[in-house]
Amino acid sequence: MNIPALETHDLTVTYHKRPVLYGVDVAIPEGNLVGIIGPNGAGKSTFIKSIMGVVPSSGGWVKIFGKPLKESLHRVGYVPQRESVDWDFPVTVMDVALMGTYGRLGLFRRPGKKERMIASESLDKLGMLPYANRQIGNLSGGQQQRVFLARALAQDSDLYLMDEPFAGVDAATEAAIIKLLQEMRENGKTVIVVHHDLQSAQEYFDMLLLLNMRLVAFGETKDIFTQELLHKTYGGRLTVLSEIAEKAAKQGKDVQP
Amino acid sequence: MVDLRKEQQVINMVEWIERPFILGAEDVFYLVMMAFFVALPCSQLGAFLVLRRMSLVGDAISHSVLPGIVVAFLFTEDLSSPWLLVGASGAGLLVTFMIEMIHSKTRVKQDAAIGIAFTSLFAIGVILVSVYASKVHIDADCVVYGKLVSILDHDSVTMLGYDVPKPLVTSAIVAILTMLTVIVCYRILLLSSFDPGMAASIGYRPRIVHYALMAVLSMVVVTSFQAVGAILVIALLIIPAASAYLCSHRLKVMLLLSGVHALISSVMGLYLYVWMDCSFAAAMVVAGSILFLFAWFFGPADGIIIKAFHRRSISLGND
Repeated sequence: MNIPALETHDLTVTYHKRPVLYGVDVAIPEGNLVGIIGPNGAGKSTFIKSIMGVVPSSGGWVKIFGKPLKESLHRVGYVPQRESVDWDFPVTVMDVALMGTYGRLGLFRRPGKKERMIASESLDKLGMLPYANRQIGNLSGGQQQRVFLARALAQDSDLYLMDEPFAGVDAATEAAIIKLLQEMRENGKTVIVVHHDLQSAQEYFDMLLLLNMRLVAFGETKDIFTQELLHKTYGGRLTVLSEIAEKAAKQGKDVQP
Repeated sequence: MVDLRKEQQVINMVEWIERPFILGAEDVFYLVMMAFFVALPCSQLGAFLVLRRMSLVGDAISHSVLPGIVVAFLFTEDLSSPWLLVGASGAGLLVTFMIEMIHSKTRVKQDAAIGIAFTSLFAIGVILVSVYASKVHIDADCVVYGKLVSILDHDSVTMLGYDVPKPLVTSAIVAILTMLTVIVCYRILLLSSFDPGMAASIGYRPRIVHYALMAVLSMVVVTSFQAVGAILVIALLIIPAASAYLCSHRLKVMLLLSGVHALISSVMGLYLYVWMDCSFAAAMVVAGSILFLFAWFFGPADGIIIKAFHRRSISLGND
């Protein structure tokens, strides 16, 4: 069997002695587009942050392509939540895209022509090249997210961990992002995405990981996206589910008037 | 007739420009250079403090280096000893660590943690100064306001035929080292300030960067201590950076403008000092604040005027 792109064993994270993530065991095979789904406060962001070592884990281990994180850092790209950075920061769109090349450059080498080329190409792919010299604060939410993804693209990793890339973006950007993610998968990359919208989860992802402090289920979307498992993930929050059901019903009506 | 008046104006101006030189050309040069070498590294590190929203941590460090200096002095009995730098950096790191511990291990938030940590250390410093007052020649006024002009009374080192005051040499070395550090570590500082999450994910260790920045900051603060004191050094950290922040949307330009701000406020400070016969450090800070007001009104990035202009052009565009 192939080595999984990402494997965690008994991954546990605690904040102030309270567990937020508990004993997550999962092996994600290479070349998939995976959605992480769960209610608010289920530890979805914490899960990918602890994989990247951004948040310290208090137990368990993580392997990326069969090796500990330190040895495979250059093969993983992390895309934090858009709100996690200060968009008033005095950098341009180009500066942010160039950050994608920092990992490859090591600590002190400066980005040169080649790195600028890579950054420009990545920006171009997301339609952000015309904005290259803009300060990042002058962008819309969707454009900011595109810049983040361009930066990830410039990293040229084999495994991507993305924290809510679809949060607060316009429909055009959402379509552009999903197209990009699918393209990445076609190129053999593994993309793991924290996602908050159940409805689109079903159509976007090949595989789903249901999380609510513990791993509820992981597998092919068609096997996982069941009433029973979703209920198990979201627990008593029936409202969430009934909302989805309602939305689905409405859509059904729209389709067949 | 007109020409004569003009000539008189020119003479007046030249006189005004020359006025500080009654102190002696060399001394004037040393004072401005001292002011600049103190303000320059402060302005560069201050830029990162402002961007990391850590201005208050700069405040904390500037106060808590005091006990470090006193303890180091009690051991070495020499105010110009390099051990003072070590003592100060130790105290600076200690306060950083205390802040981190208080706010990560308890429910007390960071601003309160800062308030607890640095005042405690500063108070210990004050006690040490008064207990060892006979041994420590640090007077309270100097701690609070600094005394830049006192560099002229110091021992000097002969360099290229000039008798350069020792503190000026120390400050110049610290300024150059700080500039080199900022230039060499530019990308590390940039990414770990902008996006600590991504910085950590590519192996930059933001915590180590944080502590390293605090250590360098403590060293810079302690070399500026004698010149500008514990309170005014905060102004040198924050005002140039904040002014530059209003003038540019690019970090490199912001750093450059912070340095320019440091230079102009040093020169302006000298004139104000000669004119008002006041504390040089205070004069320099007032000059810096005036520059900040300028940036606030006329700043090309965020100034009031440019904003009003944009608003107008937008509303015109809508018509």
